[in-house]
Amino acid sequence: MILPFFKKHEKEIFIKSNEIRHIERLHKTVIKNEKNNQFKYIPMNNRLFLFIILYCASLSLKAQYYDDPENHQCLKCHSNQTYSFHNDLMDTEEKRLMNPYYILDTIALKNGVHSVFDCTDCHSYEYTSYPHPANVKLEPLATCLDCHGGDESFATYQFERIQEEFQKSVHYQVYGDNFTCSKCHSQHTYATTARTSSSVLEIVEYSNNMCLSCHNDMKKYSLVAGHENPEIVDIHNWLPNQELHFQHVRCIECHTQVADSLMVSHNILEKELAVRKCAECHSANSKLKASLYKYQNLQQRAEDGGVLGVLSNDSYVIGTHQLPLLKVLSIIIFLAAMAGIITHLIFRILKK
Amino acid sequence: MESDKKIYFYPKWLRIWHGINAIGIILLIFSGISMNSGVENNFIGFNAIVNIHNYAGVIVSINYLLFLLGNLFTNNKKSYIVKPKGFLKRPMKQAYYYAWGMFHGMKAPYPLSEKRKFNPLQKYSYIIVMYMAVPLVIVSGFALLYPETIIDRVYNISGVFLTAILHSAMGFFISIFLIIHLYVASIGKNPIENFKSIVSGWHHV
Repeated sequence: MILPFFKKHEKEIFIKSNEIRHIERLHKTVIKNEKNNQFKYIPMNNRLFLFIILYCASLSLKAQYYDDPENHQCLKCHSNQTYSFHNDLMDTEEKRLMNPYYILDTIALKNGVHSVFDCTDCHSYEYTSYPHPANVKLEPLATCLDCHGGDESFATYQFERIQEEFQKSVHYQVYGDNFTCSKCHSQHTYATTARTSSSVLEIVEYSNNMCLSCHNDMKKYSLVAGHENPEIVDIHNWLPNQELHFQHVRCIECHTQVADSLMVSHNILEKELAVRKCAECHSANSKLKASLYKYQNLQQRAEDGGVLGVLSNDSYVIGTHQLPLLKVLSIIIFLAAMAGIITHLIFRILKK
Repeated sequence: MESDKKIYFYPKWLRIWHGINAIGIILLIFSGISMNSGVENNFIGFNAIVNIHNYAGVIVSINYLLFLLGNLFTNNKKSYIVKPKGFLKRPMKQAYYYAWGMFHGMKAPYPLSEKRKFNPLQKYSYIIVMYMAVPLVIVSGFALLYPETIIDRVYNISGVFLTAILHSAMGFFISIFLIIHLYVASIGKNPIENFKSIVSGWHHV
């Protein structure tokens, strides 16, 4: 089981608590089934036996809820374009289209940071029946800080500071509390790519897709902004090699106020304040060194100084990437050439 | 005719090519160093430097075609043909002359004439620069102008990065060549004689 950011004992607690929940749930199901199947009475020892069997089954299930989406109570519908159900009222089998916004990417779900939780750990248990009761849709869902705030095991992530920074951002200024973390970070599929990936390109793509999920999507953009989204390509026309920039740096490189002590700056600035000066990145004290290249796994290699250190880096930005060895070598060659010329010149003057 | 012998050494096309090349390459060297230095230049912005470098690069590349065509269709190509006889001995002799002989009353071992436009050392360095370094810098330069054409990775190393290294290494090599080229050009009857020749075309022997 993968629990990347929990310490060992915390993992165990999580697994245990999940097991207990799972057993409780299975137990409820049994009781339900009992009603349905009119098993009015099961002798106590049989119940115990059933409980032991279910407990063993739950152990083998552990927290891999999403291993088999086709048979997962929620995902069998919510990972497909269509879903089928029995219409009790009409007594017919019906097949309908799934709302595309409610279709989950099961692979991303399984690889996401929250894959240890089952759907009903966050969503109301009442969702397990269909049609879903209307009132559950109005139930407040847990926000990120409800779980992650004030918890020492998440201290390195600095959720509170992220919240502070975010509240200064244009997103919060415009849309207030309705702009939740999940507008960018899908709780279902979020992965800590920037921390774990060793490829700049991968980090950049993952990060930019978060922005583009709204900024390149008319409907989702207008949900927040109330008007249509401007064309990304058009508004960045001034930027030379636009496509290349988009592949190699994140939107947030230019559109945030970089806070050095935070992993990722969450203070998204108004467009007027975005970086427009080439030299902010293309210079020795590049902005990128405090942002994109600061992740330890990348930085170690970039600032290693050795040939291999820089050679293994994924990106190349004029002005920021140099081979120290070649730099020294070129200075030596230049000085040697100049020394040769000056010596020769002196002899020419003397021997005239 | 004047008392000392003059030879029409550099035809017009060659002088035009050389002039464009000289200005272009000087611009390329300075803009290249500026970009790579990573020192923010407030006087001319990074963007403008990049533009200068791009335009100068394209002009020098087109100019290189003029050089190739000129050498293809005129007798100028003969100056770039190396004879196997004395392949190393001849340039060594010239180097010895520059380093020692010229200060000790030695006559130039390969005086220039209508048939010999370059001394052996000169010929070799021109061949290396014009047929190796310049083509490489042009090809890698255009690749960097259209980075999407570059192979993504060579083993585990970024293709763009390798191309950039090749480009700047060749650019550096050409810069060193230029410095030595200018200095050696000053070794003539008098220090500005050769500079006059490449402008007027006439060389005093």
